[in-house]
Amino acid sequence: MKNSRRKFIKFAGMAALGWSICPSLAGARSGPRQSADRLRAERWAMVIDSEKLNDELMDKCIEACHKLHNVPDIPNDQNIKWIWKEPFYNLFHDQSHGYLKDKKSIPFLSLCNHCDNPPCVRVCPTQATFSRDDGIVLMDFHRCIGCRFCMAGCPYGSRSFNYYNPRNFLDDDDLVHDYPTREMGVVEKCEFCAHLLDQGEMPACVEASEGAILFGDLNDPNSDVRKVLQERYSLVRKPKLGTDPQVYYLI
Amino acid sequence: MLEKAIKGSALYWIWLLVLLAVIGVGFGAYLQQLDQGLSVTALNRDISWGLYIAQLTFLVGVAASAVMMVIPMYLHNHKAFARMLILGEFMAVATIIMCLLFVVVDLGQPQRLWNVVLYPTPSSVLFWDMVVLNGYLFLNILIGWVTLQAERKRVGPPRWIKPFIYISIPWAISIHTVTAFLYAGLPGRDFWLTASMAPSFLASAFAAGPALLILLAFAVKIFAKWDPGREAIQSLAKIVTYALAAYLFLIGCKIFTAAYSMVPDKLAHWEYLYFGLEGHTMLSVFMWVSTAAGVSALLILLFPKNRQADNILAFACVLVLISTWIEKGMGLITAGFVPTPMKEVLTYAPTGPEILITLGIYGIGFLIITVLWKVGIGVRREIEAT
Ligand code: SF4
Ligand code: SF4
Repeated sequence: MKNSRRKFIKFAGMAALGWSICPSLAGARSGPRQSADRLRAERWAMVIDSEKLNDELMDKCIEACHKLHNVPDIPNDQNIKWIWKEPFYNLFHDQSHGYLKDKKSIPFLSLCNHCDNPPCVRVCPTQATFSRDDGIVLMDFHRCIGCRFCMAGCPYGSRSFNYYNPRNFLDDDDLVHDYPTREMGVVEKCEFCAHLLDQGEMPACVEASEGAILFGDLNDPNSDVRKVLQERYSLVRKPKLGTDPQVYYLI
Repeated sequence: MLEKAIKGSALYWIWLLVLLAVIGVGFGAYLQQLDQGLSVTALNRDISWGLYIAQLTFLVGVAASAVMMVIPMYLHNHKAFARMLILGEFMAVATIIMCLLFVVVDLGQPQRLWNVVLYPTPSSVLFWDMVVLNGYLFLNILIGWVTLQAERKRVGPPRWIKPFIYISIPWAISIHTVTAFLYAGLPGRDFWLTASMAPSFLASAFAAGPALLILLAFAVKIFAKWDPGREAIQSLAKIVTYALAAYLFLIGCKIFTAAYSMVPDKLAHWEYLYFGLEGHTMLSVFMWVSTAAGVSALLILLFPKNRQADNILAFACVLVLISTWIEKGMGLITAGFVPTPMKEVLTYAPTGPEILITLGIYGIGFLIITVLWKVGIGVRREIEAT
């Protein structure tokens, strides 16, 4: 039921959009963005290999993501983070104990988990944050009213709010024009690089990670992510909450 | 009837001017916030709701006071409230308007508020909160105005208004319940994730609302020389006493659950609230004041003699308001966010603009109460003079 409603909303939205852009072309074939080599999946998932990742690689991933998405660097606690480093203990405190001494402070990558049962989507009063059929949780920056209910709803601190006008913290010369800059007063977060997938490319952090981050279709038994999760021991964050996070950490 | 609002003593006008000044300053601060965004507040990535949403939470409670008179009067034929009911209803109107304003000033994109209506989302509690708050506002304006007009013409209220009055009773309960559900349904916010949220909202509401009403009734007695009636105030005092006891009891239940189970995710929030964690102790000072005020108020109010002495009753009501305001208006929201999902501990202290905007909205609320009560009391006087 959830799915069919979502599909209907999507269909209605797409129809309205197509019609408003070019009424005579309504129903015509899709443009270049939906090219044949668009990457598709039934359920996208990410697997982060903590053995292969090191500090330097993590910085590269963060840099690649934040650059690609025009994420401003704001030097205080009203900052924006899509992917960042967080000590093991802070990510997995419910799965830690006192003798994990050295693991405790090791930095890990933290980002939106693209939960299969995302509370952020449930609480949003405008459907500005929504799940795609392939499991990616996305934001509509033009619909968000900035109520920040989704930030209270996310149990992982994955969301950032634009307290400032982010454009004040971005250098015009460094802007990436393929991705919009946001305005003041809306929420944002990692998008699993949905716009890259739609162009047939893998997410920026996956590309930058030199193989330490895997990305694939969890519903495909032959995918890399499925295989590695069967072979090695992995954790997800706060499994008891039932949000069903789709970022897995190989330990 | 509105003409009664523009005929008043010098004191009345001075009071209105003071309120307008406060509103003006608040509005100036809001313009600054519109320009610079919520960066002018002390909110941040981890504590993303603060003073504004906390005031919404507190004031939703105050709006309940009307129903605490409607129930005895319409369901139990308790006539003592007949003179005062209109004041409760008008106070509800003012507090709900304040609530809605606090939602609006908290938004990052207030001009998009209409999106909540354009894309109605039944899965979102905030959507329902908007529905019940606006509905309650409408009910109270309607009931207040129609009954007052009928009284003025010296006829009974029209029969069609009765169903609205009865609907307003569960509706009043719903505004607290839904507001409590904003918090109580969030996974990962252990401080809020408890079935006792809605009951404890109701209890503190039925203590704080009537307490404020009693204080305002005393103010009316002194400044407007109109007595809302001793029996009504005494009945309200009893309601405050019962509700206050329930409110303190529920806090005790929550503390027991956290402290005896010793589940760290639960306990840490209470430790933060009452003792502070990692040196962040600002909030705990206030929380002890809140608890002490609540317990002392209960000890005072338990004795009928104290309730019957106007000044002791007024003092106890002030204590009730201090206690519930700190608990709802400061503690509840911040402690829900701290420790953060990453187990970090922070302090939230609102900034100047945040406080000015908040005061400005309270100014608007008091302005509405003053004007509406002026009209209501004017009509009552007219009737009683004949
Ligand atoms: S991690 Fe947070 S923001 Fe991401 S899908 Fe889950 S609940 Fe939503
Ligand atoms: S801040 Fe935006 S995305 Fe988040 S719940 Fe509110 S409207 Fe939805």
